[in-house]
Formats: sequence, structure tokens, C-alpha cells
Amino acid sequence: MAEKIYWDKDIETMEHDKMVALQSERLVKQVRHVWDNVPYYRRLMEEKGVTPDDIKGVEDLHKLPFISKADLRENYPDGMLAVPKSECVRIQSTSGTTGKRVVAFYTQNDVDMWENCVARAITAAGGTKDDVLQVAYGYGLFTGGAGIHGGSHKVGCLTLPMSSGNTERQIQFMQDLGTTILCCTPSYAAYIGETVKEMGISPDELKLKAGIFGAEPWTEEMRQEIEKSLGLKAYDIYGLTETSGPGVAFECEEQTGMHINEDNFIAEIIDPDTGEVLPEGSKGELVFTSITKEAFPLLRYRTRDICILTRGKCSCGRTLVKMCKPMGRSDDMLIIKGVNVFPSQIETVLLKDFNATPNYQIVVDRVGNVDTFEIKVELSDEMFGDTIKSVSELEKKLSADIVQILGIRAKISLVEPKSIPRSEGKAVRVIDKRKLV
Amino acid sequence: MTIKQISIFVENKPGRLSDVTAALKNGGINIRAITTADSSDFGILRLIVDDTDKAIECLKTADYLVKVTNVIAVTADDKPGGMASIMKTLYKANISVEYMYSAFLNPSEVTACLILRVDSNENAIEALTDAGYKLLSADELAKF
Repeated sequence: MAEKIYWDKDIETMEHDKMVALQSERLVKQVRHVWDNVPYYRRLMEEKGVTPDDIKGVEDLHKLPFISKADLRENYPDGMLAVPKSECVRIQSTSGTTGKRVVAFYTQNDVDMWENCVARAITAAGGTKDDVLQVAYGYGLFTGGAGIHGGSHKVGCLTLPMSSGNTERQIQFMQDLGTTILCCTPSYAAYIGETVKEMGISPDELKLKAGIFGAEPWTEEMRQEIEKSLGLKAYDIYGLTETSGPGVAFECEEQTGMHINEDNFIAEIIDPDTGEVLPEGSKGELVFTSITKEAFPLLRYRTRDICILTRGKCSCGRTLVKMCKPMGRSDDMLIIKGVNVFPSQIETVLLKDFNATPNYQIVVDRVGNVDTFEIKVELSDEMFGDTIKSVSELEKKLSADIVQILGIRAKISLVEPKSIPRSEGKAVRVIDKRKLV
Repeated sequence: MTIKQISIFVENKPGRLSDVTAALKNGGINIRAITTADSSDFGILRLIVDDTDKAIECLKTADYLVKVTNVIAVTADDKPGGMASIMKTLYKANISVEYMYSAFLNPSEVTACLILRVDSNENAIEALTDAGYKLLSADELAKF
């Protein structure tokens, strides 16, 4: 029997014209929904002089105002909610300090939509109900664990809700339960691959056939290493909490970009400086409009990911537009160990611990496929206390506060005054030594 | 009678001690006592010098992080038990020593000089003076 290669064949292989018609119908409805239910949206639209009557289809999308992370922060926690809370069944959230977090709400339909998007990704990676799928993304507020878990259930895979960490146990379950699909961040996949080797296990002894890896940037070289060390085919997956989670876009066997689930998300590429919509094939900032979400619908959400969209014919048969791997950011956000990190979050911690913002620098690197994260802080008079103990305590406190806010550990290095280089008098806040593009 | 000690924050990397001491040399500063305390990433260099104010000025100009602490300089007999009797005196007076180190100077051939950082300078000075120990002043430290 031929293997099922699509989760939702009609949508995934729909002719472009029909897809545009479907998107238009959904967009018109969605614009009316937010206008009626989210006062903040209505105000933004009024300021731009646009009403739902002006939006007759996808061709009118450019008339709508943009939404950015700042808007979401301003409306923390539930100012953007478009349905009564009693209709919601779940939240997920980004990392960040209170007020800087984004809380995304989901109705049952939203969860189903999201999980169906993930189911398409799993199916595109060759997954069926006969597969054993190991979820080694973190569970909790992070969308990685929950999203893949739900999609895996939809497909009917035997789902192993491992969460991340405890690598030897991950490998033991892979062996004992015959895992065929591994889902986690690419850096964790690389780490599992290295551990497998250290334990003296050959990839042939594992039943893995596919891996679905996302939530952080990774390179083709990394893909090849992971494929070799674990004996599987590695697929990329893209998503963000603001739109749902992983599954906004997914890779097929061609491995030349990720198909966007266009029936749920309309993608645009804009010039990050002017906001002007750029023609297909241009490099610019990726913008998403979620046209089916009920609880937390976003119109023209600026992802800050720099990207290119292409609509060529794909050998997999899917007609869904493809996005390349994000090529960078149009803001200062870093993705470290799969976690979104803004320098401003680190400033918040420094301000709290020192009552001032000392000169600091974030140094990120990737050693053996694992991100390293160091924060150098210049000590000031007020911070220096004559004994090793007092300085070490400061270091420990800072380290604990960073973990609490970001959820990941940073190496804290207290350094001498004026030892962090400044260019043109301005401190360089971030040094990212990773070569990811 | 206390004296001023300078503490300098120094990262653990090659050349730092050379740089600090060069800064002092350029200011014509003479070091009377010195010690280092270290962790894996940084160290604290503690110094007693002949001209504290001038030394601080030199170090701050060179962007060093400097802290001044009041410590005690006490002379003891340079013979077995000399140290033990000072420690016993402090212990009896319920004084805790945070750290201590010896100085480069010897007021005479039969005495040694010890720099003490304690939890209470006032109590330590009283206890040591009552026990007959001689404390050195900043001027004496500069002179010997």
C-alpha cells in the first residue's frame, strides 16, 4: 500500500487561485472578528482610516496596520483576547519578564488548528500511526513540547512525552521502545547524537528514520551531522508562540525550504524600514496574518525574521508557498539554546540587582553544536566589596536571576571597568560568534 | 591605630599583575605589603603602600577598580610561637580574623609585621594593645 504523504491533501495541494479565494474569505471574516471584539485593534484600524468594509480580500491586506511585539506587551496579559475567557482552553507563553512575556490564548478550535498544522509536518516527514514519536522539546509554557505532542496524537503515533534533558534516558527509551521520529531543538539533537556515539551505540542499532527540529537557527552542516550521527532524515519546522507554535511552516522531503500552512497563515515579506510589501522572491521581514485563530488572532504580525518566500513547483506535490530558513533578525533578539533572548531582559536583571545598568556584553558561540552563553559585566565601585566572597555572591545572584527570567543558564563573568571594548564610544552589547547563515 | 589597605579587582588573565605593578611603579609608589586572593575567574590584590592617596590616584587613572579598607599592622616576635600568641589574644577577645598576611618590613631584626583584617578594628586594637603588642602607624610603615 502506498504511504500517505499528505495529512490534508486538498489543502496542501490546492491550486493557488483557490487558496487565495479561501484566504480572502477567511481574512474578511477575521478582520470583522477583531474589529468587533478587540478594542485595541479597532483603534489601530481607525487610526489608519480603515474599516472592515475596506477589506474585501487578500489584495486589501496591505491596508491593515501592522502589529508588533510591543503591541502585545502593551496588552499583557489578555488585552488582545478576541473571545470570552470562558471559551479558551489553554495558554502558552514566551520567555520574558512579566509584561515582556507574550501570553497566547487558545480555544479548542485553535488547538485543533495548531495540532493539525503539526500533523501535516509529521506526515511530511513520513510519520504515520505506526510510528513511535519521541518529544524531546521542553513541555510547559514553551510551545515546542505541547504542539508536537498534540500533532503526534492527531497522527496517531505512539507519543513519548520525554521533555528535554536526561539524555541517557532519552537514548534508552529510543532503544527500548523503538523510537522512529525524534522531535527537539537541532542543538539538542546534535547533543543526543554525540552522546549516542560516546555510549558506543551505532546509529544502525536505533530505529530512527526522521527528526523534526526547530525553535532555533541551524545550518545545512548541522543537518548533515545530525543525520549522520542519528541515522535519520532531518526536517526543519518553523513557528512562533504569537501565531500558534511550531507548525506554521514545515519541511517536506525535498528539504529546500518550509511550506507555510497558508490556509491558516497569510505570509508577506516587507521592507523592515518602510513597511512596504515586497514582491515575491525578495528578501525582507516576514509578516503573518492568522486568519483562522479565534482567541488570539494577529493581523500582519511582524515576526522580525528576515526571510525569502518562493512559490516554485515542489517535487512533493504541495502548492503551499515556501519560506527559507530565517536569515537573521530585524531587531536585536537572539535565539540561544532555542530560547528567545532580548538584551533588554538582561538589562532588567542588572538594573534590579545593581540599581544601575553597568556596562555589559553578551557573548554567544556554538561549541560542538551546543550554544554557549556568557554575560560579561563590568564591576563598578558600588559592586566591588574587597572580598572574594562578596564578589562571588554577586555573581551567583546574577546567575540565578538570569535563569529565572530566561529559563536558561548564562556564564556570568565579572570584568574590570572599561575592559569591554567600545566602538565609537558606544558599547557593543552582543557578540554572536555562531555562523548560522 | 589603623592603616589603609588598597584592594584591586583583577581578572584572571595573563599580564594583569604586571600591569598593576607597572602603574604603581610609574607613580613612584613603594609597596610595603602585598597579597592576592583568587577565585577561578578573578582575583583581589591587596596592598599596603607608602603613599595611599597617590596610589589610588594612579590606579584610578588606569581604570582599576579600587577599594580602601582599614586594617591593623601589628609587630610580633620573629620566633616560634610569635604568631600563635597574637591569634590567642584575638580569640580570647572574641575577634574574628577575615584574612591576614605579612608585610615586607621588619622594624628590627627580631620582629615581624603582620597585616590583619578583623571584624572589629576597635576591639582588636584594644585587645592587642592591652596584651602589649605594638601597632604600626601609616608613617611608620612608610619609614621602615
